[in-house]
Amino acid sequence: MGDRADGALAQAIEQYRDVPGGLLPLLHALQDALGYIPPEAVPSIARALHLSRAEVHGVISFYHDFRSEPAGSHTLQICRAEACQAMGSRALEAHAKQRLGIDYGGTSADGAVTLQAVYCLGNCACSPTVRIDDEIHARVDASRLDELLAALRPVGSGAPTT
Amino acid sequence: MSLKLYLPRDTTALALGAERVAVALLQEAARRHLPLELVRNGSRGLFWLEPLLELERGGVRTGFGPVSVAAVPALLDALASDAAAHPLYLGPVEEIPFLKSQQRLTFARIGQGDPLCLDTYRSLDGFAGLERALRLEPQDIVNSVTESGLRGRGGAAFPAGIKWQTVLDAPGRQKYIVCNADEGDSGTFADRLLLEADPYQLIEGMIIAGLAVGATLGYIYLRSEYPLAREVLAAAIARARQEEYLGDNIRGSGRTFQLELRIGAGAYICGEETSLLESLEGKRGMVRAKPPLPAIAGLFGQPTVVNNVLTLAAVTTVLARGAAFYRDFGMGRSRGTLAVQLAGNVRRGGLVELAFGASLRRLVEEFGGGSYSGRPLRAIQVGGPLGAYLPESQWDTALDYEAFAAIGAMLGHGGVVLFDDSVDMAAQARFAMEFCALESCGKCTPCRIGSVRGVEVIDRIMAREAPGEDMALLQDLCDTMEAGSLCAMGGLTPHPVRSALRFFPGDFSRCGGASVRPPGG
Repeated sequence: MGDRADGALAQAIEQYRDVPGGLLPLLHALQDALGYIPPEAVPSIARALHLSRAEVHGVISFYHDFRSEPAGSHTLQICRAEACQAMGSRALEAHAKQRLGIDYGGTSADGAVTLQAVYCLGNCACSPTVRIDDEIHARVDASRLDELLAALRPVGSGAPTT
Repeated sequence: MSLKLYLPRDTTALALGAERVAVALLQEAARRHLPLELVRNGSRGLFWLEPLLELERGGVRTGFGPVSVAAVPALLDALASDAAAHPLYLGPVEEIPFLKSQQRLTFARIGQGDPLCLDTYRSLDGFAGLERALRLEPQDIVNSVTESGLRGRGGAAFPAGIKWQTVLDAPGRQKYIVCNADEGDSGTFADRLLLEADPYQLIEGMIIAGLAVGATLGYIYLRSEYPLAREVLAAAIARARQEEYLGDNIRGSGRTFQLELRIGAGAYICGEETSLLESLEGKRGMVRAKPPLPAIAGLFGQPTVVNNVLTLAAVTTVLARGAAFYRDFGMGRSRGTLAVQLAGNVRRGGLVELAFGASLRRLVEEFGGGSYSGRPLRAIQVGGPLGAYLPESQWDTALDYEAFAAIGAMLGHGGVVLFDDSVDMAAQARFAMEFCALESCGKCTPCRIGSVRGVEVIDRIMAREAPGEDMALLQDLCDTMEAGSLCAMGGLTPHPVRSALRFFPGDFSRCGGASVRPPGG
């Protein structure tokens, strides 16, 4: 890991090592800082929290939110749950996969967007719903999704925005 | 003359562009040198009208919505002259039938003001329940909750008073209050709305719970899918601490209650209470066998009250207005009010709080106004992804825990998801199994393996290889999951599957699989 990752890891451990049940907040803090949880961080976390490496790895792999490799510059989550299905989310997800050329869990070739499935964003009266980073968008159809994606990637440049 | 306006800042209003409208309002007002006070309130839960702008004049709040950025200049013209002539004019907000016909107790305060303003909360009878609780003995608080008839609003509907009594009576060096804010059911947003629009009510309810059972530490377990609720709740906790509602000397009473916010990590199963406790302890969210009950050995092995957001919020009403007041709403053994969430393919989606007993049809027709697409409705899923799909012949069922149980359905957390006639019920049944396979914690075999086999069997039925045999196999699989699963995840997944088979059998015998008609318009 680089200096930045080492620093973030040391800080997360320092903040949560003595907090009861602190592993989840620790992992969130690390992922917030680095965008993912480097597998090389697992032994240090395990040591600090008096856990086995298997236990730490088990927690990371259990929860959908935690990732062990970097994601794209932006994360697009499409709600796959029933209220959104009732408003056409199956067509929306097919469109998104086709347009980005990836399946759930993948990152677009230009590194701009990671596509994730999500099961309910609590916006079920105005479906279909997507989340881009921390922003939630309502009543999203294929053309609205294209607009939202275009705003992430300036037309013609293909380069990820930050 | 200065204009006083309100524009919501909850997830749904923002998802529909409220932030851009707010910026446009402020810019346009500045350009006109128009003095304007813009309060960012919580939503009233009339989501089809969001962004819903309110003008306060002479003590009356007049609504306009849904407001777009493009509508802002003409709207400001109208507000200065003849507001009622504007096409988005809705009249006095509290007279809108969708709102006026409700019986709001828990949601009485939402949308009225800035959710984080403690003075606003106090001016709307906030902390009245806590003040009363501070003068009562723990047993008397528990008695009030028991007498109110309040049952857990998370879905299981267990009597809250019995749970609290168990924790009060249990010996323990450190008892806990845990709020389950892992609102994962599709079609539900009542917890989210309360957390974003009236966060102090939950905090007040948790303090009361702590006083009642002798717990000095509370945790709110909030799902990570709710970034705005997280922001609002964190700010509310900080302010409540500043004004000594939280801490080691609650409003000078000498009593202690500390509160911590924890964020989930995208696991539906963590809405199950024992899995949630495992997660709070920093582990994989694996379901625990019961007994021991969490009330006896819960978080870190200590006596723990685990209640849903709305259960804890309702306690403030019970304490402030009395057990009898709350109990007088409702029917049978379902006392008080139910927060119904109208979702999916619905014309007027949003939150409807009513006393138990109204029919599902009234909710869907009078409040919901039918489908969003304008097509005929075909199925309604009540109670989240583990709830049954109900055909029209069952829509006269009263919203009551026992009435729903009697038809093999459940109210759950009050989510009501509408589907129009483009729905493919075989696809919905398959999804129920697929979701269970994705979200199963993996501890028990019927849920972990049964759900995977369920997807395969439904695929085979749709491929029409040996539909008779496979149909029998699917029923058998549902029996096994119902009888043999450790928790409601595997145990209730057969609900949506069986209801789809029973009421929409034609969808399983069609050739070609999925419907070609696009839903939603």
